[in-house]
Amino acid sequence: MELNDSNFEQEILNYEGAALVDFYAEWCGPCKMQGPIIEELAAEMAGQPVKIAKVNVDESPSTSSRFNIMSIPALIIFQKGKVIETLSGLHAKEILKKKLEELL
Amino acid sequence: MNKYDVIILGGACAGLTAGLYTGRRALKTLILTKDIGGQAAITHEIENYPGVGKINGFELMTNFSKQAEEAGAEIKIGEATALEIKKGKFLVKSSIGEFESASVILAFGLEHRKLGVPGEKEFIGKGVTYCATCDGPLFKGKTVAVVGGGNSAFDAAEYLSGLCKKVYLIHRSDKFRAEQVLIDIVKSKSNVEIITKVEIVEIVGKERVEKAILRNGEVLKLDGVFIEIGYQPKTDFIKDLVKLDSIGQVIIDKEGKTNVPGIFGAGDVTDTPFKQVVISAGEGAKAALSCARYLQNNKGLEIKPDWTRRK
Repeated sequence: MELNDSNFEQEILNYEGAALVDFYAEWCGPCKMQGPIIEELAAEMAGQPVKIAKVNVDESPSTSSRFNIMSIPALIIFQKGKVIETLSGLHAKEILKKKLEELL
Repeated sequence: MNKYDVIILGGACAGLTAGLYTGRRALKTLILTKDIGGQAAITHEIENYPGVGKINGFELMTNFSKQAEEAGAEIKIGEATALEIKKGKFLVKSSIGEFESASVILAFGLEHRKLGVPGEKEFIGKGVTYCATCDGPLFKGKTVAVVGGGNSAFDAAEYLSGLCKKVYLIHRSDKFRAEQVLIDIVKSKSNVEIITKVEIVEIVGKERVEKAILRNGEVLKLDGVFIEIGYQPKTDFIKDLVKLDSIGQVIIDKEGKTNVPGIFGAGDVTDTPFKQVVISAGEGAKAALSCARYLQNNKGLEIKPDWTRRK
């Protein structure tokens, strides 16, 4: 799910469950590696009460600055709209899955 | 536990090439790496890898990884934290679990050298960064400092001067290792201020970087610190097992062997005198072939040559 400044609040901050958001940009090499991992994760966790989304930092400047995104890829894990953990750099699917499952 | 014939630590030029070769020898191969393509993947253009002309680093490294996977190597994203010998086998502990193998190829390259000052570690991803081309665009219109005096520092300063309001270039000496042409370009930029013979002693902020304190007591208000002071091997976790040189690089012989039978090395993490994509790729191949020979001779594993490889 691709989010932006206009729907981020509603989709993530007002969501009662757990969420993982991948902040990325087109010009970022490591983001291109993270992207497919996030998509696989989303497919594997389909049907579970967890939202997996991505935000293009260039297209969503206010969301990016709200969460102090200063290095990408940045992955933020939310629960009930609150930031649980911010991860920067490339992360493996197994690790992200484990972190999300702990919140379910 | 997952068992392999060979575990390759590192997934850039050396590791992916090693995986291509061991995969083609039908060796059960795991490439365990924290990213794909390492330093080469964040290089904008590579013009000296023969046979492909001018190519974007990320694209070249994606090709490397595809080819290794097509040859049968399995790639997992994770970081090794320990390497042990257990009952004649190698045990790799990592951020994503434990793996066992009959041989290991060390090919995890170098990591960015750290300044080692308070605040640096705490603000990684919150204003402290080691890659101008990766994170530069996130500092549009901001004030940043680049630390270093070599080509990568001047490259970063030049690139950032086009994006940022103000760029400080801070270097501990007044002599630069960068090429003069590059120094002249940076000096000509009106929004770059070069500060020499001083070091950052602390990076300070609340949620993110807000200022840098210099040794002379001066305080710079800024949003980002780009650290460009070179590279170093991250070999602490193997130092009790594998022989390293004085700067922590893995010592290998001309066949890519380390002092431990069954452990091989390739690429920038080793004491190879030149750090280049093509050299790392060549060394990866060499280490893989040595490794295959070792498994055949010492472990009685039947090695199938490339040309009879199963599809």
